[in-house]
Amino acid sequence: MSKLVITDLHVTVDTEDGPKEILKGVTLTINDGETHAIMGPNGSGKSTLAYSIAGHPKYTITGGSVTLDGQDVLSLSVDERARAGLFLAMQYPVEVPGVSVSNFLRTAKTAIDGEAPKLRTWVKDVNAALEQLNLDPTFGTRNVNEGFSGGEKKRHEIAQLELLDPKVAVLDETDSGLDIDALKIVSEGVNRFRAREGKGVLLITHYTRILRYIEPDHVHVFVDGKVAASGGKELADELEANGYDKYLSKAASV
Amino acid sequence: MTVTTDSVRSALEQAPLDKVESHLHPAGSYDVADHLVPTGREEIWRFTPLKRLKGLHADAPLDGRNTRATWNAPEGAKVGVVTGDEATSLRGVSGWAPNTRFTARILAEVPATLLVDVPADTEVSEPIVIDVDGTDADVTSGAHVVLRFGTHSKAVVVLNHTGSAAVAAVVEVVVADGADASVVSIQDWADDAVHLSHHQARVGRDASYKHAAISFGGDVVRMDANVTYDGPGGSAELLGLYFADAGQHIEHRIFADHTAPRTKSHAVYKGALQGEKAHTVWVGNVLIRKVAEGIETYEENRNLVLTDGCQADSIPNLEIETGEIEGAGHASATARFDDEQLFYLQARGISEKEAQRLVVHGFFNDLIRKVGVPSIEERLLATVEAELAKNVLKELS
Ligand SMILES: Nc1ncnc2c1ncn2[C@@H]1O[C@H](COP(=O)(O)OP(=O)(O)OP(=O)(O)O)[C@@H](O)[C@H]1O
Ligand SMILES: [Mg+2]
Repeated sequence: MSKLVITDLHVTVDTEDGPKEILKGVTLTINDGETHAIMGPNGSGKSTLAYSIAGHPKYTITGGSVTLDGQDVLSLSVDERARAGLFLAMQYPVEVPGVSVSNFLRTAKTAIDGEAPKLRTWVKDVNAALEQLNLDPTFGTRNVNEGFSGGEKKRHEIAQLELLDPKVAVLDETDSGLDIDALKIVSEGVNRFRAREGKGVLLITHYTRILRYIEPDHVHVFVDGKVAASGGKELADELEANGYDKYLSKAASV
Repeated sequence: MTVTTDSVRSALEQAPLDKVESHLHPAGSYDVADHLVPTGREEIWRFTPLKRLKGLHADAPLDGRNTRATWNAPEGAKVGVVTGDEATSLRGVSGWAPNTRFTARILAEVPATLLVDVPADTEVSEPIVIDVDGTDADVTSGAHVVLRFGTHSKAVVVLNHTGSAAVAAVVEVVVADGADASVVSIQDWADDAVHLSHHQARVGRDASYKHAAISFGGDVVRMDANVTYDGPGGSAELLGLYFADAGQHIEHRIFADHTAPRTKSHAVYKGALQGEKAHTVWVGNVLIRKVAEGIETYEENRNLVLTDGCQADSIPNLEIETGEIEGAGHASATARFDDEQLFYLQARGISEKEAQRLVVHGFFNDLIRKVGVPSIEERLLATVEAELAKNVLKELS
């Protein structure tokens, strides 16, 4: 089972002029096995939503709730959320100097499973995950995200997704900065994950092109800190044709 | 922070043409009377807590018995204590005259010299390890050590300090032409130890010298690690790793004096601080003399502050007297844990403590690998772990 329920979520960030509200009441339910796409213009609050679900300390929740299979997510620490089954593929993955990818992956897997993975199968799994994402096997010895190209960082995020096997994955613009081949490779990785039993995906994107490879069950238009419209796949086609203008003016007049 | 063309230019304009005048490296003299007892106001002493030095900087006796030195003697190397004329002849063998009172006193007053000799063309495969174990921190002593690496020889010398003592030491290193020398000095003293030391190396033509200063233990540890060059093509790698706990003062100064053309110096010092009044100092002096054309130098100091109440001072100082340099730069940074790094690790299920542990190990890892002595690398990893256990990993009860 994996059901993520976001209800009337309000989030602020601290600025020099005091707190600024970024999320203004987000309501969204991702049922067992569903893939939802969130599309919205720059600065509409998509990353804020992703980070707030994951528990980044920069964001303050001022109202609303998030539950995963009925469990209150917002009362959990960042690592507890991950262990509860949430995964965030970041728009800008962070460099961790001196920490090798293989050490990082093993430590994360051990934390998530509550026990160290069996050495033999683990090495095989890691190599397979890296290979499927077209990452060189020597990647394991490199430091996490250090000197990775933009595309390598994104592929590394998806390798983690496959290895850590969460219940719900939030993918924040995993498609941005990828050329068409890398986009296909990343999409295949996400689709392999989706093919597993009951996995939820929240796919945040700016462009419709990734939706050609990862077919969403629902599409939401995100404007000014909330969901402005929801629909099926056809909503993405409409956005492709007409852009966000219609929703922006609506948001402005409200 | 890296050096900008502007600061290089202003350094060039200010530099005198021939003689070097700098308060950071006072002129040397073998005569003790030429060196006044420091007051703490001098540039080279301003960070050091003189009151805690048990008089080593001034006139404390240097003949106390407070350490036991033992060593292995791997095949090819000669290790032993010499006295009399032989010891006297070794004073200043690194081509340097004392620039402080304690170093002048050691050269003048300490009768014996611990001499490590690696003959020319000899490769010593195993590290030469000298263990200095302190027995009494209330007794003061002085030591003179000479490490001599013959032409085209290759060896690693480890000076390993443990226990309780108040010791002042001069270590002179002679790296002859074409030699490949590594010197690792580990300060793993007990909490009450005081250690004031000056390491002076002369690097020959096309020789390589690696010096690693590793300081964890002791009440006050101050080490000056200096290098001069005897001919073109010499290179020096100056490494440092330190971990200061509550109340500890750990001070490292380096001075790469580029006295010959096409020489290299590369310094990386990294430190972590934890606990009330943990204090570290790093002063990186590099002087590029007029003759030193075509040299390369880079120096870097990074400090990771793990708790409140610590202080890390970090001062890179580059003085340039020639316009003909291949490259010169420096970097210095002192920071707390990076929230974004911790968030990234925690978002993968890793607990906060474990994330901090990974980040600290990561901070030191590349440096530990650079030390290049496997047995020491293992020990350093374990020591970092033990230091972490004192604070970062201690469960809040
Ligand atoms: N510290 C801050 N101070 C002021 N405003 C902030 C701060 N942090 C974020 N914001 C604002 O919050 C809004 C939402 O940012 P967010 O990164 O969530 O947008 P996004 O939809 O992910 O944009 P993009 O498509 O560019 O990734 C932006 O207008 C941003 O400027
Ligand atoms: Mg974003």
